[in-house]
Amino acid sequence: MSDVEPKAEPISSDSRDANHWAKAVSRLNVSNVPEGAINLNVTGRRLAGPVQGFGKMWQKTYRVSLPSEQVSASKLISTWKQHFPDFWPKGNSFYAPLTGIEPGEVALLNMTLPGRMKLSTGVMVLYTDDESFTLMTPQGHMFAGWITFSATERAGTTVAQAQVLMRASDPIFELGLTLGGHRQEDKFWAQTLTAVATHFGQTVEVDTQVVCVDKRRQWSRWGNIWHSSAIRSTGYMMGAPFRSMGKLFRR
Amino acid sequence: MTEATATFDTRRLGPAAVVDIKGDVTSGSEDVLMSAYEGVGDARAVILNFSELSYMNSGGIGLLVTLLVRANRHSQKLMAYGLSDHYQQIFELTRLDEAVSIYASEQAALDAAGAK
Repeated sequence: MSDVEPKAEPISSDSRDANHWAKAVSRLNVSNVPEGAINLNVTGRRLAGPVQGFGKMWQKTYRVSLPSEQVSASKLISTWKQHFPDFWPKGNSFYAPLTGIEPGEVALLNMTLPGRMKLSTGVMVLYTDDESFTLMTPQGHMFAGWITFSATERAGTTVAQAQVLMRASDPIFELGLTLGGHRQEDKFWAQTLTAVATHFGQTVEVDTQVVCVDKRRQWSRWGNIWHSSAIRSTGYMMGAPFRSMGKLFRR
Repeated sequence: MTEATATFDTRRLGPAAVVDIKGDVTSGSEDVLMSAYEGVGDARAVILNFSELSYMNSGGIGLLVTLLVRANRHSQKLMAYGLSDHYQQIFELTRLDEAVSIYASEQAALDAAGAK
């Protein structure tokens, strides 16, 4: 699946990390949509980081420790990249790019929210190296921010970590996160890290740290609601019977 | 990813404070960066000098967002200069450039900060 509209000027290659970062993009583009995925809230959207979000800013860190003799940091990250969709909790789908987790690639997501609400969104691979990779969200995602997956070796253990730096994208998502969404998200990443540990034959506790980096909401960003993937996904679901009827009449 | 491999030295120039960044900025740089930020005191503007930055990963970008929040809390402007074309594009990609003003030189940043 590809992905982005690169700007005319490529990133200069004189930096050590030039190949680790995605190329600059103005808007996302998904050319091949896998079966089952819905490209409703990704193509044409801009990326949105914590600066562009609405709600309070949170840094959430989820960690598991595995024996180093079982898996090195680089092996853990290469495995995590390769099997990323398999580690996601059931009921949620990550449609990985055909080329895998590579800088600039875009993945579509189908998420199940509380109340069995389905949400279609996506992420772009912002950065990758041997011991980490980062995904960044598009406008309209539940939150504006990035998620960094990393592994480090220390004192005989390999620590696998998922760290989310985020603000809820708009007032509706902020309300949703406050009313149980944060708990749901903590559970989501804890299950993901448990699945990573299980892959390496380990049963371990997930250490969770949640820090509110900024208690202020960015009210100037309330208009992000225009791009809300929740509203657009709900509209899409509600329109399904009419689309089916339309197909029947066209036959 | 956790060891500090960068140094952050602070200079006070009138109403602005310049933070000279050298080395690799990663999530492991958090303690030294925040310690340097304590040194800027009541400066109206915090100017980050990236001229001697050798490497920055996504953890480093995350640190800058955290620094931005702190600066906003103290009503301080966060500015930058000395970014290579590569890192300017990273700022654009992550849309950090919408909150951190980028200048071509230290003098340009100081002028914008109101320092003579």
